Amino acid sequence: MPNLQPYADPNYFVYLLLALVPLAVGLYFGKRFVTYEILVSLVFIFLIFDDKGHSGQGIALILYSIWQFCLAWGYITYRKKYNNGLVFYGTVALSILPIVLVRLSGAGIFHAQLSLLGFLGISYLTFRSTGMIIEARDGAVKDFHPVMFLRFMLFMPTLSSGPIDRYSRFAKDAAVAPERSHYIDMLGNATKKLFLGFVYKFILSYYFGQMVYPYFQSMAMSDAHHGMILSWWLIPVAYSYGMYLFFDFAGYSLFALAISYVMGIESPINFNKPYGSKNIKEFWNRWHMSLSFWFRDFVFMRFVFLMLKKKWIKNRNTVSTIAYFVNMLVMGLWHGLTWYYVLYGLMHASGMAVNDAWIRFKRKHKGLVPHNKFTEGFAVVLTFHFVLLTFLVFCGFLDTFWFHR
Amino acid sequence: MDVKAGVLEIIQDVTGEDMSNQMDENLFDSGLLDSMATVEMLLALESRFNIQAPVSELAREDWDTTNKIVASVTALMG
Repeated sequence: MPNLQPYADPNYFVYLLLALVPLAVGLYFGKRFVTYEILVSLVFIFLIFDDKGHSGQGIALILYSIWQFCLAWGYITYRKKYNNGLVFYGTVALSILPIVLVRLSGAGIFHAQLSLLGFLGISYLTFRSTGMIIEARDGAVKDFHPVMFLRFMLFMPTLSSGPIDRYSRFAKDAAVAPERSHYIDMLGNATKKLFLGFVYKFILSYYFGQMVYPYFQSMAMSDAHHGMILSWWLIPVAYSYGMYLFFDFAGYSLFALAISYVMGIESPINFNKPYGSKNIKEFWNRWHMSLSFWFRDFVFMRFVFLMLKKKWIKNRNTVSTIAYFVNMLVMGLWHGLTWYYVLYGLMHASGMAVNDAWIRFKRKHKGLVPHNKFTEGFAVVLTFHFVLLTFLVFCGFLDTFWFHR
Repeated sequence: MDVKAGVLEIIQDVTGEDMSNQMDENLFDSGLLDSMATVEMLLALESRFNIQAPVSELAREDWDTTNKIVASVTALMG
């Protein structure tokens, strides 16, 4: 049996698209072959985990799916009759328990064996299942459909790195076949995304990630070996990593979207020219959008809602600042328990708080700050460089540079 | 109670803008409503119209203009 990592090389696309032909023909004629769709998903997931190095992860994925299946089933059934807050928070806690254990053991805080619970995609699947429980609490998901749940959880195109879909949205798409004219548009869009993805992932990401970024890293490390605490080489390290991260992740997301579209599912987009953002809040509306919107809706807005409704804190600026820190800290920790992910979250939260303060200042002193093409351009450049600085922290190279010389 | 007048008043409280002449202006795209302001608006709508505001399942495309907010609130009031 071959082992196929998702979107790793051009062959993968040939196999996957061939396997999807019957599904696409069905959709073209207004029929959705659900059994076949599940079969393709399962086969390609199996091919990720079918060699010795990955089989443990495959078992972890199966156990994880059973765990989340029981939680979602149990909670949705419970929610039909009752709505106790403690039961809700308890279920959410159980739902994120696997990833918490994996992160703790990854950081060496907890029993190392627990890292065996991890598998490629666990962080993304957690959003799917935990989000579904929150939607059930709010009444957006009313019934538990075992087959639809599994189609959602194990939807293969977005399994390993998103985009993160919501159950209620996914279920709408997956229940029917799209209109023919719309499906033809989706196929055209998928083709465009696929080829743009090839350029991003196999050319630009390869160039920045495999050639430029390692070169500047090695130059910076040679300064580190001479005992220097900072190095000018960290600047091109930040630029090249920023380029690599965008093209790699955006390329990957384009592939995932293209394959989703072929399967007749309009997964949400993930990137919208993020480096052209005029401020940090706009940046998060354009960068890794499905993640930041998930956090916005399920962490930030709920937190603010709770604070204001219970009147725990009255001042709206205090509430939003605290909420930024809660939101971005959780997002940082989701990546892993390291100082640089935590700092990354704190930097972005601070950036948003400063951004808000600046807007308040401008409102108070109307006419004091000029607004024109030049200031807008300056804002874009400033935002981009702040983001690059946070990515320099995020990439973990500083950890090597300072502490593992 | 006039839903439209109430909604306009709440939007003016939250965003500082009188939207009565721009009922179809997109409040999210124009930056008038950010997440924080959205929550404040939903809370104000909740207490004024005695409805249950959909926080995390907020379908933004149904709430992005003053006209749509009026329609959504009316629908929630049943």
